[in-house]
Amino acid sequence: MSLGMAKSGQTVRVVRISAGRGLQSRLSALGIMPGVELTVVAGSRRGPIVVAVKDSRVVLGRGMAQRIDVV
Amino acid sequence: MPRMAMTRSITVALAGNPNSGKSTIFNNLTGHRQHVGNYPGVTVETKQGVCRWGDQQIHIIDLPGTYSLTAYSPEELEARTFIVKQQPDVVVDVVDASNIERNLYLTTQLLDLGRPVIIALNMTDVAHVRGIEFDLKQLSLLLGTPIVPMVGSRNEGTRELIAAIAQVATDGSPYRSRHVYYGREIEEEVARVEDALTSDGGAQASVPQRWVALQLLEGDPEVAETAPSAAKAVAASSIQHLERVFGGALDTVMADRRYGFVSGACQEAVRSTAETRHSLSDAIDAVVTSSLFGLPLFLALMYVVFLVIFRLGGPATDLLSAGFGHLGSLIIDWWPPGMDTTVRDLLVEGVIGGVGGVLALLPNVLFLFMAIAILEDTGYMARAAFITDRLMHHIGLHGKSFIPLVLGFGCTVPAVMATRILENRRDRLTTMLVAPLMSCGAKFAVYSMLIAAFFPQAWRAPVLWSVYLIGVMLAMAGARLLRSTLLRGESVPLVMELPPYRMPTVRGILIHMWERGGEFVKKAGTVILALSIVLWAMTAYPRLPDDGRYDARRDEAAARYEEGLHSLRALLGLPESSAVPGNLLLDDRVGLEENAAEGSVDDHKREATGEGATMERFLSLLRDVRAIRERMADAERVRFEDSGSSAKQLLQEAAVARLSQLEYREPSLFSAAVRYLDEVEGPYRVALESIDGEEHAARLGNSAAGRIGHFMEPALVPLGFDWRIGTALIGAMAAREAFIAQLGILFAADGRQSSRELQHRLGATYPPLTGFTIMLFILIGSPCLPTLAVTYRESRSWKWPLLQIIAFTFAAYAIVFVVYSLGMILGVGTTIIG
Repeated sequence: MSLGMAKSGQTVRVVRISAGRGLQSRLSALGIMPGVELTVVAGSRRGPIVVAVKDSRVVLGRGMAQRIDVV
Repeated sequence: MPRMAMTRSITVALAGNPNSGKSTIFNNLTGHRQHVGNYPGVTVETKQGVCRWGDQQIHIIDLPGTYSLTAYSPEELEARTFIVKQQPDVVVDVVDASNIERNLYLTTQLLDLGRPVIIALNMTDVAHVRGIEFDLKQLSLLLGTPIVPMVGSRNEGTRELIAAIAQVATDGSPYRSRHVYYGREIEEEVARVEDALTSDGGAQASVPQRWVALQLLEGDPEVAETAPSAAKAVAASSIQHLERVFGGALDTVMADRRYGFVSGACQEAVRSTAETRHSLSDAIDAVVTSSLFGLPLFLALMYVVFLVIFRLGGPATDLLSAGFGHLGSLIIDWWPPGMDTTVRDLLVEGVIGGVGGVLALLPNVLFLFMAIAILEDTGYMARAAFITDRLMHHIGLHGKSFIPLVLGFGCTVPAVMATRILENRRDRLTTMLVAPLMSCGAKFAVYSMLIAAFFPQAWRAPVLWSVYLIGVMLAMAGARLLRSTLLRGESVPLVMELPPYRMPTVRGILIHMWERGGEFVKKAGTVILALSIVLWAMTAYPRLPDDGRYDARRDEAAARYEEGLHSLRALLGLPESSAVPGNLLLDDRVGLEENAAEGSVDDHKREATGEGATMERFLSLLRDVRAIRERMADAERVRFEDSGSSAKQLLQEAAVARLSQLEYREPSLFSAAVRYLDEVEGPYRVALESIDGEEHAARLGNSAAGRIGHFMEPALVPLGFDWRIGTALIGAMAAREAFIAQLGILFAADGRQSSRELQHRLGATYPPLTGFTIMLFILIGSPCLPTLAVTYRESRSWKWPLLQIIAFTFAAYAIVFVVYSLGMILGVGTTIIG
């Protein structure tokens, strides 16, 4: 499923990210890449979401969250 | 050898993640010895500062806060280019101890660049509270860098850091340098590409070949541009080979290996007893970013910000502008009579009027930046972007654009500068270009003057609101239009760190205010000063030849006044020879009364009874009648202060009663006073005013500004504007505040007219519809010069400010034309109320 569908409090593992190189490397620098575990801190049906990764919180826009496949 | 020659200069680049406390460390290191400027070879402005260690001078360059060093964002590329090109003696990497793994990712890339690195391990206090313990010795060995523990907010560790910098710069790093081991497969290919690079011979000596090879394998577009084609070919085949091996994108694998290196080091040298970094922040965010309270809280906070700016900044601004006004009067009074007044007028009208008017806004600007600094340093700005993200998507932007747009309500210049937080150039340009439609503080000043002139009390708030709303709606429409035409492209998704909430330091906020305030004052002293002088010269030159025409008319009026005074003697029953105070002949009210009173005292001394007593009684009666009449005129004028017409009527009745009382007491003196006011003083005042006005209008009409205004008039007629409004609008293009000043000059008989008087005259000259359309033109018309300048600087192209001038002027013209025509057809607001 996409990260956009995960609920608040859910911990998921990133499988695949479909994005251009720039965005991909930006996400990597923030610690979001395949194999990493994320916890959704604040999810919402339509707006951006907040995930916990390593020791930080990252906001992902709706469009971004939908391009990240997680299990 | 002289000791001075021993002074060594060390260059230090300060790198680190956003929110790692980098600017606090920079402030601690350099204190106030810092400035913003262009470093040679770097196109974007960087902050620089100096500190001393013994006889060594340490230059510190504050690189932009970044998460990595790729070529995909301007800040990262800038930071990287600086290290590659300038070869600093030491790179200080500020690392947030409470978020060490993520922060050390950047460190791995810095290590690859081959310059000596020192880690400034910041916020160790926070980390300690959260149960994170460091084995610094071990970590230093693993990373191959000295590590200095610090608490930036309490200025702890600064001396130790400076000492470490000096030591590394002089003796080199005490640790054997380390770098990420990417695994056998990748390292083999790295070696192959490196070989290809060195055998080519054209390799740059300053950059480690290993780094170039790594960048080529990661597919870095910037490095690939300059790399020899042989090496690129080898890299391409290596990438193909490796991606087959790993079954995925190579750069992701390499990022993974870097994190592997970091977490390996952390496992050995960092012990965490509890994961609590975010507990408090998460609790606050549960409310602040919730879908229920988020938006209302945000709006309330914005309201508080504006309240603070205007409540605290307003009175200070008033005080300053009163001070500048006073300075102007002082110069006028001091100026030796008979001396040429060109320089005086330039100083008073041009320099003090222009620069003073802008400098008076300094308190507002300082409070605005204080508010911004607090919102940023606490971490709330990121939340605001999160909250507004959904709204902004409707216009093709994302939440981060909201921050500069909100700042635009204060002033467009910092708003344009704040667009730097947007990584994507299209998003940045779109936000920058529509920012002027957010009504700034200067536009607000013009609105409030015009609204008071043209609209009754009950209408004022809705009219003001509608103008602001039109601006916001136009900005949204403009953003959509740009995103679907010139700046078309897929919207870049929002990816943004939400830093934990932090207590801002007073020192940090003060330094921020000081910096911005300094920039503002510098601008007022340079750009605005030049502009003011040009504008003033445009209204003053070419000069009207002084043919004495107006002075002759003034003398004529004075002669008539003298005659009137003579007849007054007869009315009062005084002999021809008696002294009527000749100094009634004054052109301002206060002076008239004072001098008249003095005169009466003199008379009193000379002749204790008779004429003197009559004169004194007459003068006191005259003062009373004049005062009552002035109050009545005032009551007439404040017709819009709708406390109800009945109140006005009561006032008038009271005045009439008071007058008849005076008449009853001394009928003959009363009739003399009334005749004096109606037939002598009144006409004289009117005559002087109209001569002044005519002279002024003739002078302006002849001046460059007036000629331009007249020249433009045919184009302005469809908008319902005349040459005077046209002239003032030209001034407004330089700075919106100039509109008020310009209209003041155009409509006032003398330079010291009150704004109340100006409003009265405007209301009596134009219909409310014109008042409204002027506001629309002020809102939409070409952005002010400082905005255009900053847009040029930030977009690094004249194309965009030029587009703004053309598009905004055209839009303003079109919209005002439509609104004016509709108003005229429907007959809305076409009656002049004054």
